[in-house]
Amino acid sequence: MLRRYSVHLILALVGLVIVWLAYEEYVSLYILSVLMFMGVNVILSTSLNLVNGYMGEFSCGHAGFMCVGAYVSSILGVWLFAKDKVFGAPLLDPSYALYAFPFIILIGGIAAALAGLLVAFPSYKTRGDYLAIITIAANYIIISAIENIGAIGGSRGFMGMKSLVGSMEDVAYLPWMPIWVFLFTIFCVWAMRRYVSSTFGKGVTAICQDEVAAEIMSVNTNKIKTITFMLSSGMAGIGGGLFAYIIGYVNPGSFNILKSTEVMVMVYLGGMGSLSGSILSAVLFTILLELLRPLQIIKWVAIPLLLIILMQFRQEGIMGNRELSDIFPRLKKFYRFK
Amino acid sequence: MNAQTEQVAVPVLEVRGLTQRFGGLTAVSDFNVRLEKNELAGLIGPNGAGKTTVFNLVSGFYQPTEGQILIGGAPTAGLKPHKVTSLGVARTFQNIRLWNDMTVMDNIRVAQHYRLGYGFFHSAIRSRRYLKREAEIKKEADELLDIFQLTRFAEELPKNLPYGTQRKLEIARALSTHPKLLLLDEPAAGLNSADIKELIRLVRWIHETFDVTIWMIEHHMDVMMELCNKIKVIDFGQTIAEGDAEEIRNNPAVITAYLGDDNI
Amino acid sequence: MEVSAASIIQNIINALQWGSFYALIALGYTLVYGVLTLINFAHGDVFMVGAYIAFFVATFFLTTLGLPGWVALALCIPLTMILTSLVGVTLERIAYRPLRRKGAHRLYVVITALMCGLILENGNLAILGASRKAFPSLVNETVYSLGGVTFTNLKVAVILTAIVVFLFLQWVVTKTRVGMAMRAISYDKFAIPLMGIPLDHIIVVTFILGSGFAGLAGLLFAMSYPVLEPYMGALIGWKAFIAAVVGGIGDIRGAFIGGFLLGAVEIMVVAFFPSTFRDLIAFAVLLAILTWKPTGLFGIAKTTKI
Repeated sequence: MLRRYSVHLILALVGLVIVWLAYEEYVSLYILSVLMFMGVNVILSTSLNLVNGYMGEFSCGHAGFMCVGAYVSSILGVWLFAKDKVFGAPLLDPSYALYAFPFIILIGGIAAALAGLLVAFPSYKTRGDYLAIITIAANYIIISAIENIGAIGGSRGFMGMKSLVGSMEDVAYLPWMPIWVFLFTIFCVWAMRRYVSSTFGKGVTAICQDEVAAEIMSVNTNKIKTITFMLSSGMAGIGGGLFAYIIGYVNPGSFNILKSTEVMVMVYLGGMGSLSGSILSAVLFTILLELLRPLQIIKWVAIPLLLIILMQFRQEGIMGNRELSDIFPRLKKFYRFK
Repeated sequence: MNAQTEQVAVPVLEVRGLTQRFGGLTAVSDFNVRLEKNELAGLIGPNGAGKTTVFNLVSGFYQPTEGQILIGGAPTAGLKPHKVTSLGVARTFQNIRLWNDMTVMDNIRVAQHYRLGYGFFHSAIRSRRYLKREAEIKKEADELLDIFQLTRFAEELPKNLPYGTQRKLEIARALSTHPKLLLLDEPAAGLNSADIKELIRLVRWIHETFDVTIWMIEHHMDVMMELCNKIKVIDFGQTIAEGDAEEIRNNPAVITAYLGDDNI
Repeated sequence: MEVSAASIIQNIINALQWGSFYALIALGYTLVYGVLTLINFAHGDVFMVGAYIAFFVATFFLTTLGLPGWVALALCIPLTMILTSLVGVTLERIAYRPLRRKGAHRLYVVITALMCGLILENGNLAILGASRKAFPSLVNETVYSLGGVTFTNLKVAVILTAIVVFLFLQWVVTKTRVGMAMRAISYDKFAIPLMGIPLDHIIVVTFILGSGFAGLAGLLFAMSYPVLEPYMGALIGWKAFIAAVVGGIGDIRGAFIGGFLLGAVEIMVVAFFPSTFRDLIAFAVLLAILTWKPTGLFGIAKTTKI
């Protein structure tokens, strides 16, 4: 009984501790924001791992889907619940923002999932390098499109999300953003884990290893590709939405190819096809970014260098395609992660 | 049984006028075949004759330029390969195409993809339907591995298995899709004589145990002659002979196709 | 907005000039891809390095040595090309060759290339700072006007250079032994050493050619648009790469046509739409072409044999 729910208990405990620390303000706002970015990075790297790792594709434009989610959630939230110069007075009572927030983020995710079709459809016929180009183009197209919509700020950006967070705190004085980030991180990882560990989801790995054999062994490759791409970009959209509300400001330039590269670094660092690897590397990478922050631009020389060295000496990343329970089999005694 | 319900049995496979052109090359020309239930038939011919192309057409990997393919009476025109498989066709490949980094157990289970009975939603929420179907699929896979004597390799990766065992696994995986028609593309390729004896025994046993029609491409004549009661010979995409093992062995056209003409 | 014959010709000239840069860079991508099946993502940044090398060399000759503009230019061209080639070859030796030796999966080399590009960009930013550099004027730009169409000698020079480079490379690839070896490698990398062809040498030659011409493009670009900044190679690089693929990667003609096609699309877009739509529509058009012809305009479709 304890074994079955040990992971759930540990997670609940961690969550409660973080929330309590935030509430009592025992940790600084800075540490809190780092923890929240960690959560967002976990969502981003696990969702990209789904496509780049499990399915073996080469998607270089993940930040584009983040952008879609960020903008859709931000605009929706501000339009409905906040007063700002673009949309005027809030449409609905701001005190409902708290209950609507998860839906706002989810809607951002759904919009991003639909954007993922931009890449899913070409993937039926192309693979590898050609699909990589399509993902790069998609990233640029999304950013460029938003830069041209002056009504929501264009390249200058969009803001107003902070007032939603404020409205949530008015209803109940709790550190809502850490809570939401925590809940959504668990939700995303949990959904992905369930997908890839089911026989249905193993079709993804089959496509990666031999697409022809998969097609002939009754796997509907087009359907699986669509689901996988949509899931991956949808989660990126959720990450983007959370990202937007954490910062309170969003502009298309922050979702360019550099951001996509950041996420790729996390995936390849952690190991393609390893969910626990992606989680681990997201956490490590976030910490590394913060540690290197005083070095400013050298940071962006050090990180690529790190990945180059990794490619030379340990290409499979930290975990390869194994999960934590493969490396430490004795852990299986303590938990059963189904 | 009264006369009204007595029908002509629908053949498992019917191919009419099958022609396949790749640009200027005609790989298969006016190919016809009719396989009834539980037959064990063979397809032979020199290299490049078009045998694998026929298999690719029947399994849906190519769309025919002309002609019709019917699986149990149902036409496969325009269907994608996975749909054709769900109609009841499974195949193995000349070069073994197993999923080398997935366990043997997973290889067997993923082949059941079209009859999983649940989709993304159910797998995400782990509904009762998901749990029930996963348990059933696991049970079927266990049974299949058991009767193929592969149980001890269940958690092993195919790339670590000996070649003959990989062959056996590939055939087991194909059977996992519950086919009416099993296409074996040169199953003896790369096997040593001991494995070949084992293969002959295996195919005969599959034919007796499972309710399946088997159609085989082979270059090893001993395998072909031992197992198949009906053999078709093609060369340059055209059928040049048909009959049982004895007839084929002595057919002059067949001998010329394989060994060449004395007059050259 | 009037559309006259003059404005059409004007746009064509601008498109050719703008496309020349893409073509020159795309040629480098396609050469390396043809030989190594590697998307050298660092190539756009090699172009940027070329522009900066040109800046330092030109400034040195012009200011330090006080040479007249023409002389400085004449020395600058070969020097920039040689030094940029060195950068490209160094990348190959240090980053790509060890992976090639190990037989690493292509993906890992591509990631390494991507990272090298980032290091070049940010290394530049770190060492030289964020302030943009102004490229000195080497030659007086003479403006010609012909029936409503204006163009400068520089624009003409750029277009001519691109054409000459293309013809040269086409000659190298089809008529010389080195070129034949390059084409052979693209078909079967493993058989080449068995045939007595030094694989490493040919690859180095490929990088010399590709990076050298990227350097030349950098010099010409710096002369045409004299403001340099560290990220100037990134966007152009990505676009030139996509242009190479749309043309059919692995084929020099494809890179050439693809580069000019992209230039044409962008100029056309700016002529009719607000300039902020340029990238958006250019990428959308490229995406559309790739969807219609997945292997590019000159590409050869590969079928899987099972």
